[in-house]
Amino acid sequence: MALLIAENLKKNFGKTEVLKGISFSLEKGQVLAIIGSSGSGKTTLLRCLNFLELPDEGSITVGDKVLIDCAKAETLDDETIRQNRLHFGLVFQNFNLFPQYSVLGNVTLAPTLLKKGTPEEIEANARRLLDQVGLSDKLENYPHQLSGGQQQRVAIARALALQPEVLCFDEPTSALDPELTGEVLRVIRGLKNRDTTMIVVTHEMEFAREVADVVMYMADGVIEEMGTPEQVFDNPQSEKTRSFLHGAHEKF
Amino acid sequence: MSFWEVTQFLLDGFYISLLIFAVTLVCGAPLGLPIAFCSMSRFKPVKAISKVVVWIVRGVPLMLQIFIIYYAPGLLFKDQIPLFSRLDRYFFINYGINDAGRIIAVLIAFTINYACYFSEIYRGGIESISKGQYEAGYVLGLTKQQIFRKIILKQVIQRIVPPMSNEIITLIKDTALANCIVVCEIIKQANELAATKALIWPLFYTGAFYLLFVGMLTIILGKVEKKLSYFRS
Repeated sequence: MALLIAENLKKNFGKTEVLKGISFSLEKGQVLAIIGSSGSGKTTLLRCLNFLELPDEGSITVGDKVLIDCAKAETLDDETIRQNRLHFGLVFQNFNLFPQYSVLGNVTLAPTLLKKGTPEEIEANARRLLDQVGLSDKLENYPHQLSGGQQQRVAIARALALQPEVLCFDEPTSALDPELTGEVLRVIRGLKNRDTTMIVVTHEMEFAREVADVVMYMADGVIEEMGTPEQVFDNPQSEKTRSFLHGAHEKF
Repeated sequence: MSFWEVTQFLLDGFYISLLIFAVTLVCGAPLGLPIAFCSMSRFKPVKAISKVVVWIVRGVPLMLQIFIIYYAPGLLFKDQIPLFSRLDRYFFINYGINDAGRIIAVLIAFTINYACYFSEIYRGGIESISKGQYEAGYVLGLTKQQIFRKIILKQVIQRIVPPMSNEIITLIKDTALANCIVVCEIIKQANELAATKALIWPLFYTGAFYLLFVGMLTIILGKVEKKLSYFRS
């Protein structure tokens, strides 16, 4: 059974239709890469999954729990939305670390406030995660003392600390200098080996091909094409996908 | 009058200046916060009222506001003697304290005035924090209160220390305005010497008291700023 099911998600901002009916499902442990040009709705889709935006239509189901079904009249209260968010983690393009907390503090803050264990357990878990992303020697540093790549790795550890069922990445390497993208991609690759269910919005085509089980190409708020990396990258069916991939390839 | 006698006489006035300074800060700084929240409220009427109040208080001279607070109750209740003069008498007769009613009037005017200025500094500080900080808190499942208290607040404090320092330094000098309803702050005291003893130099001497105090404030506020500079937001 699928871990995540999104059905017919629609979202408008004013008169602009950003998502025009997105449906997909994801198995536990699968990695979904979403590609597409800017303005195609990739980020809005992630924001809907994380309840930073509420879809106008459609439903989101995780496991056997329907988190939102716009067909039902009820409006979600703040507490329900907050609970829903805990199913997902989100790593932002520009990290959004908390500047006044140390690296360790960034990772322990939410579990502490949400009482996800004793302080000792929470700290031990944070240390383990920071070790996993290769930052054991930076525990007491503050975000501004780190490089962009290191900050993004802290952000990944911070998201993992709450053990989300689906971890989302919104262009995790777009704000980084080219020489720093490798370290972040390595961490994400490592997570795949640990069977983390992930959705990665990315412009790194080679990375998407290598790490994803499913690739989704979005254009103008719809899923233009979806399939295995081989299907989408090597044998695209749609003309739009072909021209997008061609354009992305030409940049190099 | 010897130098020390003059100093003693001026100090009596400076204590009043310091009292106005301290009470305004202690009452005005917290009062600014609810005003700031009202100014940012999504509920339009609250926001409008708050904006109008801030506009009036910041748009009218503080001296005039002192007069209004001092005289308005008497006019409203058609009382020949201002309410605060009655308080003066009451405190003098019962506790032997001079000027208490007038000082209370000044404290009310100062607190309201400075609370409005502070509220605008708070608002600027809060609105300058990036949306990403809130969103990072939201996706971690934190409540709005937790996000404000644990993530936003300290960044706001870091950002508002320099403009607050400015305002605090202005405040100690503004206390001289209490003069206008004959509160015996330091410049009133010096004027008294000029009028009764034909001594002009004490008036200039008062500057030293302000300078000394502002110097101390500058050092303390600089330390606070430095202490908060361990992170960059």
